[in-house]
Amino acid sequence: MFERDDFVYDSRRPVLPADHGSPTSERAWVKWTLIGIALAFMLLVLVLPLVLVFVEAFSKGVDTYLQSFSDRNSQTAIVLTLVVAAIAVPLNLVFGIAAAWCVAKYEFWGKSFLVTLIDLPFSVSPVVSGMVYVLLFGAQSALGPILKSWDIQIIFAVPGIVLATVFVTFPFIARELIPLMQDQGTGDEEAALSLGATGWQTFWRVTLPNIKWGLLYGVLLCNARAMGEFGAVSVVSGHIRGKTTTMPLDIEILYNEYNFTAAFAVASLLAMLALVTLIIKTILEFRFGDELAGNRRH
Amino acid sequence: MDIRVQNVRKEFTRYPALRDVSLDIRSGELIALLGPSGSGKTTLLRLIAGLETPTAGQIFFGDEDASAKTVQERNVGFVFQAYALFRNMTILENIAFGLKVRPRATRPPRGEIRRRALELLDLVQLSGLEKRYPQQLSGGQRQRVALARALAIEPRVLLLDEPFGALDAQVRKELRKWLREIHDRTGHTTVFVTHDQEEALELADRLVVMSQGAIEQVGTPDDVYDRPTNPFVFSFIGESSGLPVEIGNGELWVGGRAIGLPAGDATGDSARLFFRPHDVELVDEGAALAGVVAASRRVGGTRRVELEIGGGQERVEIDLPFDHPAGERTRIAFRPKRFRLFPAA
Repeated sequence: MFERDDFVYDSRRPVLPADHGSPTSERAWVKWTLIGIALAFMLLVLVLPLVLVFVEAFSKGVDTYLQSFSDRNSQTAIVLTLVVAAIAVPLNLVFGIAAAWCVAKYEFWGKSFLVTLIDLPFSVSPVVSGMVYVLLFGAQSALGPILKSWDIQIIFAVPGIVLATVFVTFPFIARELIPLMQDQGTGDEEAALSLGATGWQTFWRVTLPNIKWGLLYGVLLCNARAMGEFGAVSVVSGHIRGKTTTMPLDIEILYNEYNFTAAFAVASLLAMLALVTLIIKTILEFRFGDELAGNRRH
Repeated sequence: MDIRVQNVRKEFTRYPALRDVSLDIRSGELIALLGPSGSGKTTLLRLIAGLETPTAGQIFFGDEDASAKTVQERNVGFVFQAYALFRNMTILENIAFGLKVRPRATRPPRGEIRRRALELLDLVQLSGLEKRYPQQLSGGQRQRVALARALAIEPRVLLLDEPFGALDAQVRKELRKWLREIHDRTGHTTVFVTHDQEEALELADRLVVMSQGAIEQVGTPDDVYDRPTNPFVFSFIGESSGLPVEIGNGELWVGGRAIGLPAGDATGDSARLFFRPHDVELVDEGAALAGVVAASRRVGGTRRVELEIGGGQERVEIDLPFDHPAGERTRIAFRPKRFRLFPAA
């Protein structure tokens, strides 16, 4: 993940006259060497691979590129990815607001433990998160026979993919909102209540407008991850082509079949998603930086 | 609306914030809750509003038990210390909020809401700013918007938490006078919390002096200033000097010498004498308190002199006019004109 400070120009930072050099400023050649190293590194590690994705995708012409998407399996993969994101993101939107709300606005026993728990998906390897669901809902699990008798399939089916995605992307919205809501405190809500507003009115008219940009920011990151998640989904999906493969899984399969053009064509879609996310994120930060949470850690 | 606080106790997870507090607030009164930080004054205000629930005890609005009611049902106007204006709404929308969220049956028509909000904006002297956002106003202006917003719901009582706490001295003074005017004009029962005694003395009909979760004294500003009932109130309200004295032959003694003050009906062998530094007379002869000048500094129109009494064990302060000739002396003898005795601690 990028740090926001790398991209945001801070207009409040005073511009110092260059020739008088403040005690913390370096000499010109030091400065340019450092900038040069950083830029070269970024080009090599970030920009070059991204460009190569597109180069490879278009290497056999636009027609071949477009043809990659006429493959039925790739089409279902794209649709499945959209469906999974369309379920997982709203779910995490609700969970995220609820979790942030109770962490930020209430005092209760075990609060710091809950905050740690919210971070769990970040610290646990996605493969492990996938395995947990297989252990929980798979055919060999305690729940397996019960689910089977009701004819419910979770593992190696869409519900499993959604669950794994929800798990992996859970922290994005909650983590974005918690510091923001903690910072804002309960004053506005108390004011609304004292003026006679119901809890529901308070939420829609006061709380939500106060957090809307932070929320959008969280949704954006959550969505990017939901569409791009590979590890956890890979474990629970079962790789049934045309049924349970999402875009990242489809790319892997195509790549393993040495169908590089098709693989990179689908990959270019994901890369574009990343670029769009990045652009909107930067706009949000530039425009509403004050209304987003302070120190970002992911 | 009378408010009666009856044996209210409030405990937060670890510490008691209020211990068995009872208080009668009369209808139409402007009353100040005054005390140092941690005295429980804000907790008491929030309990009256319904923003906290008491651990024990009851709160009555008139004859009706309000303790079981939610903050919405109590219909109180609450002005928050940090104003808590809704930043996504204009000033007018802020003021109209309380009317807009009413259930349809009691909600005034749209035009009426607007008219009333504008009227209140006029009352708080901010006409013309209705389209601004809170961030575009100064602290004093925000404070006034917060008050207008609280008044819009026609509250039964008006509660203000450190209303002028975040403002600079000049604006504070103006708003103080202005709050008094609004109170006199609207006649609301008003309770405000402050840690600024000058504000409380100037503004309130009655003061409630609090310390460590309990009420120390309730009375008019003059009462509390002139007749404090305990050492805490004496030293918290106004300037004070205190020193230990002995009682004998119906007189007060310091270090084996009578100081020319009657003991009155004080009993026991010793007590603590309290007086106001400005309320003293200098004497040249006869029994008096005498001390060596330890420090002397001019504060505006007065000179504050610190005296060592009884060989430096005790220090008291007295005020003299800044150009008084005694300011040059090394020894000063004086008698408090008014004083109070409290049992020695």
